[in-house]
Amino acid sequence: MDTWIEETLPMVFLAVLDGTVTAFVLALIALGLSLVFGVMRIVNVSHGEFFMLGAVFSWFAYHWTADSVWGFVLALLIAPVIVGFIAVFSERFILRKVEYNPESTIVATIGILYIIQQLTLMGFGPEARPVEAPIYFRVSFPWFGYSGYKLLVAVMSGLCLCGIWLLLKRTKLGLYMRATQQDYEIATTFGVPTKKIYASVFALGGGLAALAGVLVVPIRQADHLMGLEPLLLSFIVVIIGGLGSIRGTIIAAFLIGISDGIISVFYEPTLAKMLATLFVVMILIIKPSGLFGENYQ
Amino acid sequence: MKRKSLIYSLFMKGGVILILFLIQFILPTYHHSSFSKIMILASYAIAYNFLLGYTGLMSLGHAMFFASGMYTMGLSILYLGFTPLEGLIFGTILTLTISIVFGLFALRTSGVSFLIVTLMFGQTLYLAILYYNEFTFGQDGFSITTYLGTLVIFGKEHLYSNPTIRYNFALIMLAVYLIITTIIILSPIGRILIAIRENEARTQLLGYNVFSYKLFALTFSGTLAGISGAMHALLFSYIGTTFAEIHHSISPLLWTLLGGAGTVIGPLLGTGVMYYLIDFISGITSNYLLVVGIILVLTIIWFPLGIMGTLRQRWIKWLP
Repeated sequence: MDTWIEETLPMVFLAVLDGTVTAFVLALIALGLSLVFGVMRIVNVSHGEFFMLGAVFSWFAYHWTADSVWGFVLALLIAPVIVGFIAVFSERFILRKVEYNPESTIVATIGILYIIQQLTLMGFGPEARPVEAPIYFRVSFPWFGYSGYKLLVAVMSGLCLCGIWLLLKRTKLGLYMRATQQDYEIATTFGVPTKKIYASVFALGGGLAALAGVLVVPIRQADHLMGLEPLLLSFIVVIIGGLGSIRGTIIAAFLIGISDGIISVFYEPTLAKMLATLFVVMILIIKPSGLFGENYQ
Repeated sequence: MKRKSLIYSLFMKGGVILILFLIQFILPTYHHSSFSKIMILASYAIAYNFLLGYTGLMSLGHAMFFASGMYTMGLSILYLGFTPLEGLIFGTILTLTISIVFGLFALRTSGVSFLIVTLMFGQTLYLAILYYNEFTFGQDGFSITTYLGTLVIFGKEHLYSNPTIRYNFALIMLAVYLIITTIIILSPIGRILIAIRENEARTQLLGYNVFSYKLFALTFSGTLAGISGAMHALLFSYIGTTFAEIHHSISPLLWTLLGGAGTVIGPLLGTGVMYYLIDFISGITSNYLLVVGIILVLTIIWFPLGIMGTLRQRWIKWLP
């Protein structure tokens, strides 16, 4: 019995730790998706590709500066901006053309997904490429050492989440966003530049995903297909949390991230993904609009 | 009006089927096999169109139905020693069951949530196939050629992979799909489905049980897609995870949109055009998905009605 506890407890601790790091990153990605849905009422299927672009730009920055710290800082500053511009571009020339019709937007963003993915494949190549972490130290626990960089990722993601919260609650831009979310037409009549708000929300969503990509890439490698998994996980998160609800998104990200960590450590990652989907099914049976969602019909 | 459109529609479908029947005698070998493939995939697109075009439900998880039909066929022949006919019946029953259960859950959501839920269910089946790879052979897939045996027609034995058998089986399936869907769409049930597409709230207000009609449409579409999968397994005797991936759920959406959602010939046309386009581009570059993406975006911006839909709107009003 004692040996069982000695063997299992560190495993559980490791699983929860890994799960928490995943949860912070997942919250960042899913928040982008949730903001876009909340304000614009559209689902961006190419969201995962913005994440992937962040990771890929991070590799280019690392390769170009040939220094892990400066490369990381450069990527952190540049990648969200470039991806933001790509997002604005696709918003302006594609999404606005289909008038943000929910289903047409999904088809259009699937198209954008393929375009971004294949262009990356052409420019970056099919292989997975590693990026060195900017800092290297190990936090030692009684049972095992833990990568300090992973903890840094969690802290930075947490800071970004707080930043977004402040942006939404304390700035004029955030006020405009919330106004647009509540009622597009009334916001327009009150002089809110709703079209610009749409563009900036879409850019912000893409930027958040890219930021998450930059943070994650030293933990896992960069490749052109890495966007799909976070996309599906963020879908699970936003459905459980309730489409458009920021609070629900963050709570659900922790729920999914930590349970994913535990199941992945003890069983298999594939099983964790399957169980998460079944969990979504259960939530939908009990409450079709998600845990914290309003009814969008 | 209804009688006239029925006659036109049957006339046109009969014509298409007749042309496809006759063309097999003059097609070169390469195009002969392409056409067989297109007809199988087009029947999948027709199944998809029944849901998207006539009921207004967009699914991103139809590969789930296709793959479950396909894998039931393949695995039952491989492990249980079923004959192809038994496999087909078993596959049909199983996909029917899966469609009903899936519909009961997924149809609780609507609009965007429905799309996401279908996408995730589809992905779950894909992951499940990979997870139980000892049983399903995972990513590699498997072939059932050696287990299939032969088909006896007029006292002569034929292989299922015989080009003529393949072509005509595919053609029969396509014809059956076209006829069944037309009959249902022109029946009172079909009218109600179209009413749901046009205005769900109003249909409900008129006293129709919208949920059960939507469930019917989803089950019907899913089962047809499953049968397409089973027939694909039979005629091409390869079963693999590529048919369960998200791409394979998006493909029928693309074919249907390109050809024209809510038109009868549209899915067939869209499948054919895309098949030859990809075939052509693959010769130039391996990144054919880039072109798929560009076509998706351009279609949705400029031709949201698709080829046949635009034709119907602009010139030929009576098109079914």
